[in-house]
Amino acid sequence: MKLIVAYVKPFKLDEIKDALREVGVTGMSVGEIRGFGRQSGQTEVYRGAEYKVEFVPKTRIEVAVGDDDVERVVAAIETAARTGDIGDGKIIVLPIEEILRIRTGERGAEAI
Amino acid sequence: MSEGTIAWLLVSSALVLFMTPGLALFYGGMVRSKNVLNMLMKNFFTISIVTVVWTVIGYTLAFGTDFGGLIGGLDFVALRGVEGDGLLFMVFQMMFAIITPALISGAVAERMKFSAWVLFTTLWALIVYPMVAHWGFAAEGWLFAWGVRDFAGGLVVHINAGIAALALVFALGPRRGFRAEVMRPHSLPLTLLGTGILWFGWFGFNAGSALAADGIAISAFVTTQIAASVAALGWVVAEWMKNGKPTTLGAASGAVAGLVAITPGAGFVSPMSAIAIGAIAGFLCFLAVSLKFRFGYDDSLDVVGVHLVGGIVGSVLLGVFAESRINTAVPDGLLFGGSDFFFKQVVAVLAVMAFTFIASYLLARIVKAITGLRVEENQETEGLDISLHEERGYVFSE
Repeated sequence: MKLIVAYVKPFKLDEIKDALREVGVTGMSVGEIRGFGRQSGQTEVYRGAEYKVEFVPKTRIEVAVGDDDVERVVAAIETAARTGDIGDGKIIVLPIEEILRIRTGERGAEAI
Repeated sequence: MSEGTIAWLLVSSALVLFMTPGLALFYGGMVRSKNVLNMLMKNFFTISIVTVVWTVIGYTLAFGTDFGGLIGGLDFVALRGVEGDGLLFMVFQMMFAIITPALISGAVAERMKFSAWVLFTTLWALIVYPMVAHWGFAAEGWLFAWGVRDFAGGLVVHINAGIAALALVFALGPRRGFRAEVMRPHSLPLTLLGTGILWFGWFGFNAGSALAADGIAISAFVTTQIAASVAALGWVVAEWMKNGKPTTLGAASGAVAGLVAITPGAGFVSPMSAIAIGAIAGFLCFLAVSLKFRFGYDDSLDVVGVHLVGGIVGSVLLGVFAESRINTAVPDGLLFGGSDFFFKQVVAVLAVMAFTFIASYLLARIVKAITGLRVEENQETEGLDISLHEERGYVFSE
């Protein structure tokens, strides 16, 4: 089991959600976060005063998947999230030690 | 007064009052979210302070029996003998006395103690505003008697507030992190809402200053609408050319700059002159708001760049565009064959700037000695809403 964590442009969220549905993902968690990478922020201008805003809004998506689904899900996010411009984001894959569904007590792949 | 005039001036008084909460939103949107309530309160609370000051003594110092052209006497203390038409004039003028110190609050945003603001506003509304109002608005005031004209308060309201703001900024010092940290407006939608309320209320401010429901009021109403629109165009076009993007804050700032600039001449100039005044004000005020970075004074929300510069532009240009054809109470400006009127307008601008700068700086020093002017460093960092008012502007989770 793996946890796939993707940091993406906020406006891409709907496309990514649809792409994940298509490859069979049934649940995900989403958070609005701020951060910077190579894009290193953006410039904003108020009454002629330029401000470098280092932290820009990003969306973090978390999806737990079985080992067999990892490549398909990562590919789906990659395709849906890409614009080709700087700031498209990152995808990280982490191992999961255990998952537990609270309502039923199921554990492991059953609980995904 | 006719019933029509009484009705119009009652409505105008309410319109001018409405400008102060509008100004609160205009300013409130421009500060960081941790200081929004403090910004709103500094404006909203000024309504209460000045209403009391004006009722008890401010009105008589502005409009009581003249002493040497400088100040009114004490015959109307506590509104003694002020009734009927006089009472209506008193309450209309009260709304101007309220918004003028409120305008100053934008310059000292995000760092001035609330107690210091209350004391400064009380003293300023007690001494500075009534004197300058007497000079410019009362028949025996030295500026008015000399021939200077200020239709709705370019000198009395905007230059007066703008130069006081500069004096207070000098006494107070810049915000921590000025020019180094990101200090961006937290909610431009609030600012735009405030701009709309200001614009709406300004019809009472300018057209109401005809003090009658007559052709002068209509004329002032029209020039107000034109100048505000053209100045917003001028500001946005200037920034579009210089910075590459048209901004919401630019449109809002330009509209206010145009409203300021037409104020001294609203009932004295033609609609075409209002176009010229609006365009010049929009362009010059856009340039003026960058001065604070060049000279290093933290006029946080550009009270100097918009109200002082806009007020100067409007008061001086009145000396160019005034037409006795439109209103017999004003001599012709430079463009229509006049000469000494222009000179008098320039002298009036300089006189008000000199007096109010010195008086406001001295008041700021007095307040500093009594309450101190600035919040503590940690309070400024934490935000004035929590540290001074124990409230938050926005609660996103219970």
